[in-house]
Amino acid sequence: MEMPKPDLAVLAKKPQLVKRLLQVLPADAVIHDDAETRAYECDALTAYKCPPMCAVLPSSTQEVSDVLRICHEMGVPVVPRGSGTSLAGGALPTADSVILGVARMNAVLETDYDNRFVRVQTGRTNLSVTGAVEQDDFFYAPDPSSQLACAIAGNIAMNSGGAHCLKYGVTTNNLLGVTLVMMDGTVVEIGGAHLDSGGLDLLGVICGSEGQLGVVTEATLRILRKPEGARPVLMGFDSNEVAGQCVSDIIKAGVLPVAIEFMDRPCIRATEAFAKAGYPDCEALLIVEVEGSDAEIKEQLDLILEIARSHNPVELRESTSAEESAKIWLGRKSAFGAMGQINDYMCLDGTIPVSQLPFVLRRIGEMSKEYGLDVGNVFHAGDGNMHPLILFNANKPGDLELCEAFGADILRLCVEVGGCLTGEHGVGIEKRDLMVSQFEPDDLDIQMAVKDVFDPKWLLNPAKVFPLEASRLRRAG
Amino acid sequence: MKPQTEAELAEMVAGTNGPLRVRGGGTRPIGAPMAGEVLDMSGMSGVVLHEPGALTLVVKAGTPVAEVERVLAAEGQRLPFEPMDHRALLGSDGEPTMGGVVAANVSGPRRVQVGACRDFLLGVRFVDGTGRVLKNGGRVMKNVTGYDLVKLMAGSWGTLGVMTELSFKVLAVPQAEATLVKRGASAAEGVALLSEALGAPYDVSGAAHLEGRTQVRLEGLAGSVAYRVDQLRKGCLAGFDVVEGAESQALWQEVRDVTPFAEAEGDVWRVSVKPSDGPKLSEALDAAGVRHRAIYDWGGGLVWLLVQPGDATAIRPALAAFGGHATLIRGRAQAGVPVFQPELAPVAAISSGLRAKFDPRGIFNPGLMG
Repeated sequence: MEMPKPDLAVLAKKPQLVKRLLQVLPADAVIHDDAETRAYECDALTAYKCPPMCAVLPSSTQEVSDVLRICHEMGVPVVPRGSGTSLAGGALPTADSVILGVARMNAVLETDYDNRFVRVQTGRTNLSVTGAVEQDDFFYAPDPSSQLACAIAGNIAMNSGGAHCLKYGVTTNNLLGVTLVMMDGTVVEIGGAHLDSGGLDLLGVICGSEGQLGVVTEATLRILRKPEGARPVLMGFDSNEVAGQCVSDIIKAGVLPVAIEFMDRPCIRATEAFAKAGYPDCEALLIVEVEGSDAEIKEQLDLILEIARSHNPVELRESTSAEESAKIWLGRKSAFGAMGQINDYMCLDGTIPVSQLPFVLRRIGEMSKEYGLDVGNVFHAGDGNMHPLILFNANKPGDLELCEAFGADILRLCVEVGGCLTGEHGVGIEKRDLMVSQFEPDDLDIQMAVKDVFDPKWLLNPAKVFPLEASRLRRAG
Repeated sequence: MKPQTEAELAEMVAGTNGPLRVRGGGTRPIGAPMAGEVLDMSGMSGVVLHEPGALTLVVKAGTPVAEVERVLAAEGQRLPFEPMDHRALLGSDGEPTMGGVVAANVSGPRRVQVGACRDFLLGVRFVDGTGRVLKNGGRVMKNVTGYDLVKLMAGSWGTLGVMTELSFKVLAVPQAEATLVKRGASAAEGVALLSEALGAPYDVSGAAHLEGRTQVRLEGLAGSVAYRVDQLRKGCLAGFDVVEGAESQALWQEVRDVTPFAEAEGDVWRVSVKPSDGPKLSEALDAAGVRHRAIYDWGGGLVWLLVQPGDATAIRPALAAFGGHATLIRGRAQAGVPVFQPELAPVAAISSGLRAKFDPRGIFNPGLMG
């Protein structure tokens, strides 16, 4: 992965930069010692590492504004960082950049149950947003699997999803407003506790812009009343085709589960060995979860089970207790850890039309043989968001490159069948150079034109999202 | 001009100096009056793809809404965001198109539960102001590949580009629907009840107060609807009557299309506020001596106001105390009262910066959004 060469002129400004940052931030909020900046050298895409010039940890919107204004004046690139859980390298520093971490900004500013929203500082973790309202039986719906650690700031930057977004939508569908600090330090309010925009939908384009348009310091989030209950059912099938058809029939039937999760045989076997959830040894396994009162759950499950039975499942397991429900989810929730026990893995995130599931799974299996690397598939089937996990050995020379080439082939396949490169993880640096397989040059140009408006000097989160060649002139500008 | 294909449209745009008035069915004559040649999109019509098992629909932008609804209904599906038909309210003729729905981000009562038009728009193809054919998003439900210009195009009123093809997520029509309804509450009392219902674990899909009537909708499997009706009537909606089927649907069509204001004289404003501020806005207008009628949808957050044209200058000052935005939907724009909510300077700078990038010559619906 090519990164731009550090700008020596910027590196030379470090002493002056640190001095100016210390004028607007307390000493413990400016990290500039080379040993300490190393803590920020990567996010969850650990294959790529680069310590930043320094890192700052502001505590307020005003401090964020001060930092950005200084960096803007001095022409220093800024990499915003939530909790650093990006799987796409969305918070990977460049050597000549300042990491702007929002972790100290984690307060709940306002809770309004009558109007069903909370306003939080964006360093707050996803799960602790729900934590702030669950004593009153409310919750924040988007639930990325890193939700214990990941920050709302990163969720907004990447437009994060989760297992339950089949029913509740992703971040952009649950975000009502933001306080955005622009690269020049200007603070703007977009949206609020009301719905939709009176002008252009700027909120919609800010969400998912990977920290390249501004730094979001506060967010108004929609909260929902918790359902009365939830229950999963487990289904095993002897072919991916049949399981895929079953998914399609369920979502067509007018019953909307909150989640439909899919695991294939390699993944089932790995998780069984690891977590011993008691999964059947079959080709494909579905976990379908529905919500409501006991009677409503039964009504939905009756319909779903009837559909499942018409596809001759090898296993159909209903939960009758909280323990059984937990056991059904155990394997799914352990899947990544289980695969990690076997080897290093790369997790992909391409999304495909649901109808293409069987074909894509078959092709991935064939490519796995061609590349000589094992793949397990575990993903959100209801919305076609795949998560192939490619196993490789990071210590074996050439294996990472082989794995990346295999991954790129899978993502190109996703695009070919009418899907996209990433459903919920974001482009970051990981899929940056593949953007040309999904977009024509003009399609990329109009996206970059949006960045021109928000960040004319192209200082925010450099070298992400757009292929370096496509953005070269703008970055030089 | 009336292009039949995307390529033809691109050529027309590249070859003209405009200005152009982009028109779908011409049923939503909203926005500042404009000069310019009509660009009639009705020639680019038809369903490109409907995959019921993937909940996906792709149409050309000029496709009539009615045709889409027919195609979806044949598979037991619908547009979940329940787009309003503006014809009765605005006294317009013609066939509403999907492009028009998206351009105005038209969303009905179900917006409060499932989201707006923009939330169901998966992908868009459009021609920009220089005649380039561009695309963003796609046809899958989860997509974070690059910036989300799909949301930006929805609700841009044709000022950023001319949309040619649109992909949507659709949903199945539920088995059953029921509405709980009661008369006699004041707006403040009604909206408080709506708030309680929306905060209960019963998945309310409509919450409105109009003409002294407070109404709450539930949809889903028949047993589930019956259960939730029962629970709400035992709780916060005690004393509410239940109506079902066609009768329930009629109640919501009235809200969706703002029917009570269709025949009434006066300007119509559409205001989005924090739901509990809806009735307070009405009280503030009373205090300012502005005679008006109000219809509350989205649990109180969407307020339709009927006022006399002379009172247009009073709406936004009253709203300023609460935040939110107001759009003049029916009535004549006048000096100092723009049709769309004026933006604060830094936001306005971003909006005009974007317009300059998408349409550098300013030829699409210039000035429509102010």
